[in-house]
Amino acid sequence: MTAPSTSPDDFRHPTTVRVTARFPGPRLLRIWETEPGLKGWFSSVDHKEIGLRYIVTAFAFLLLGGVEALVMRLQLTRPGEHLLTPEQYDQLFTMHGVSMIFLYASPILSGFSNYLWPLLLGARDMAFPRLNAFSYWVYVAAGLFMYAGFVVGQGPNAGWFNYVPYAAKPFNPGVNIDVFALGLILLGISTTVGAANFVVTFLRLRAPGMSINRVPILIWGTLTASVANLLAVPAVSLACFLLWMDRQWGTHFFDAGQGQPLLWQHLFWMFGHPWVYAIVLPAMGMVSDGLPTFCRRPLVGYTPVALATVGTMALGFGVWVHHMFATGLPSLALGFFSGASIIITLPSAVAVFAWTATIWTGRPVFTTAFLFFASMIVLFVIGGVSGFMTGSVPVDWQLTDTYFVVAHLHYVLIGINVFPIAGAIYYWFPKFTGRRLSERLGVWNFWTMFVGFNLGFFPMHLLGLMGMPRRIYTYAPDMGWDLPNLIVSIGSFLFALGILLLLINVVVSLKRGRPAGPNPWGAPTLEWAVPSPPPPYNFAVIPQIESRHPLWEAELGESPRRSSIEEGLLLDVGRETIGTSPLDGRPTLILQMPEDTLAPFVLTLGIAAVFVGLLLHVWWLVGAGVAVIAAALMAWFWPRRRQITPEGVEPADE
Amino acid sequence: MSDAALSQAPLPDDALPLGACGKNSVGWWGVLCLIATEGSLFAYLLFSYAYMAVQRGQAWLPEPHPSLSLAGPNTLILLASSVAVWWGEEGVKRQRRGQHIAGLGIGIGLGLIFLVVQAFEWKTKTFGLTSGSYGSLFFTITGFHMAHVVVGVCMLTAVLAWSLMGYFSPRHHARVTVAAIYWHFVDVVWLCVFSAFYLSPYLMG
Repeated sequence: MTAPSTSPDDFRHPTTVRVTARFPGPRLLRIWETEPGLKGWFSSVDHKEIGLRYIVTAFAFLLLGGVEALVMRLQLTRPGEHLLTPEQYDQLFTMHGVSMIFLYASPILSGFSNYLWPLLLGARDMAFPRLNAFSYWVYVAAGLFMYAGFVVGQGPNAGWFNYVPYAAKPFNPGVNIDVFALGLILLGISTTVGAANFVVTFLRLRAPGMSINRVPILIWGTLTASVANLLAVPAVSLACFLLWMDRQWGTHFFDAGQGQPLLWQHLFWMFGHPWVYAIVLPAMGMVSDGLPTFCRRPLVGYTPVALATVGTMALGFGVWVHHMFATGLPSLALGFFSGASIIITLPSAVAVFAWTATIWTGRPVFTTAFLFFASMIVLFVIGGVSGFMTGSVPVDWQLTDTYFVVAHLHYVLIGINVFPIAGAIYYWFPKFTGRRLSERLGVWNFWTMFVGFNLGFFPMHLLGLMGMPRRIYTYAPDMGWDLPNLIVSIGSFLFALGILLLLINVVVSLKRGRPAGPNPWGAPTLEWAVPSPPPPYNFAVIPQIESRHPLWEAELGESPRRSSIEEGLLLDVGRETIGTSPLDGRPTLILQMPEDTLAPFVLTLGIAAVFVGLLLHVWWLVGAGVAVIAAALMAWFWPRRRQITPEGVEPADE
Repeated sequence: MSDAALSQAPLPDDALPLGACGKNSVGWWGVLCLIATEGSLFAYLLFSYAYMAVQRGQAWLPEPHPSLSLAGPNTLILLASSVAVWWGEEGVKRQRRGQHIAGLGIGIGLGLIFLVVQAFEWKTKTFGLTSGSYGSLFFTITGFHMAHVVVGVCMLTAVLAWSLMGYFSPRHHARVTVAAIYWHFVDVVWLCVFSAFYLSPYLMG
């Protein structure tokens, strides 16, 4: 019963059609729409739906992490405060770091990229829509897992980089660290499958004609981060697994007697440093794509910026030891890693010069989004300089584990992640919802955040220089740290007020914002060619791309060729999109995309059951989870027969 | 029809192949990503082994050096299973059903034999998972590899079942290609693990 080798449905000759008042009719909508109701909600594989869920969930973790920070700032506002016990403070700063770095900074970028990638690339979905849904559900499961420990008072408590020996069983006997270790492995699954999805989408789902020198910089940023994640995440997942083995099964990886505690630091930072770039490069990409829109000119130096993005990441794999300068490593190693850490400022600076030149030579329109994007350049330079300083070994010996490092990492992470994200919300909210955010409230929002941030974090540099160690839960009154700490606390509350204004703006504008239309900013890239919000199928016909700025071709007049968005290949037999060649974007096949399915959600339930079982040593739960995983995977990968129906060829994914 | 012919891209005004065909599929690139990340995982595992060996010095390695009497032939068995799976995949491409089914079946059988021999190999060890960091690394790394062999056998078994049900054709067999490349990867990883644990101590004298 082998299927015939060449049946009529093996090839198709897609016709080229033009978008008219009558096309696309309801047919495409019927094919791509997620069915309403609870089942539809749990089974949707639409990248826009998943992207928005990612953004909302990540923002919720940002708020949780923010509240944790505010509680800590209350404790540190004055010396000798007794609002928190040391143990509570430990869990708070750990969960603050975990929330911000793992549950907010990377997932929010995945959210924007998930929503925007297919629109930017002229595709109808990501390469693996079900994997995309799975990636989201596992992320939620990991977040709930780690927060469940925190809620019952057994949350992670050894900092976000969780050093041994403090994280080892003899010194930390509760389940706190097991929650951290297993939770991070769970999150690693989500990050990894999401990264693979971006890489393959980049390679195969770009619209015809979109060669790799025509993709927006955001694509380069997320692609680079995704490749890095594929290579780096296994290091931390492995470190966490080995730690869990040490704690639960008595192995000897990290104990000082027979193992080697520094192995933890190596494995963690081999992951951790590339990760730092993975959570800023896509945000830098957003700035590279957003600024030119408001400067009314293309980005200065597209090619150097794209190459610098990749170059930063490549160097980023060779700098992990700069987190370990104070651990007594040989001076040759210190010299090498110090050199690499200083050299990495070169590719980072390329983007700064490109942005500055874009503003300088453009005609800037001072919208809220522009303010956020442009201010990020300033914060990036401050954070970059403090990073450059601590890249020098003697300076690092003086400053490591002080508030100087806290100041540095917040300038980097808030400056190059939160500020661009706030700008991105102003920039793309009209695309997501069809309505604009209020510009008047937006300006207040920006200045509150900008002033609050600098007031809250700049004095931390001074506190660090004055010797205040990080992660202390209180301090004595005679250290001279009182006033800076008071200012820091005031600044942090002002910053939080800024975030609150952003939230208010979002809630109010959802209902009352000015209607946006497809392209409210007159922007050059493909996502602005479709209605706001876009229909479930994104593009009625498959666009044909001829330049880097498909919507600015007439104004720029770089070439007589014009991208074709209103006229293109018709693909409407089931869920279909075009597959193109990896470099130059020639069409090579018609991809048949999967229908909505519950399999990703069920698979996540199975995996979550396994992790809860492992944490609590409930072995039947582990067994049940494995059975659910096996069933879900079979349902997922079961080939579908190809058959001809009156509607045409039934979709099949084999 | 060969893969090379299939992946020859028609021009936009030509007819386009419908659905995944061999390497002209998103699944092929997806499994390459999986291999990249799993390959990194084993690189970090072997880094941990090398790091510990350097930190602890010569005396850390067990005496006598690990015996090759079981692990050597077992390596050949795993290599042979890769050849069998490759032969089976050629079978589906050329529509030779017997070769297709037999290749996959022999590959699965040899994979299972590898697992059984590995279990005996574990039993011969005088050290345990918790007796020291060498034992922890040995059993964890070979255990990770065995887990990958189990996953590979499951993938091949599912593909064999679908083959028996007649789902694949010379044009549409991306799942066979994906399972096969994963199996070859598991094989290559073993060569690295084998070299690290069984061969490298002899190089150090």
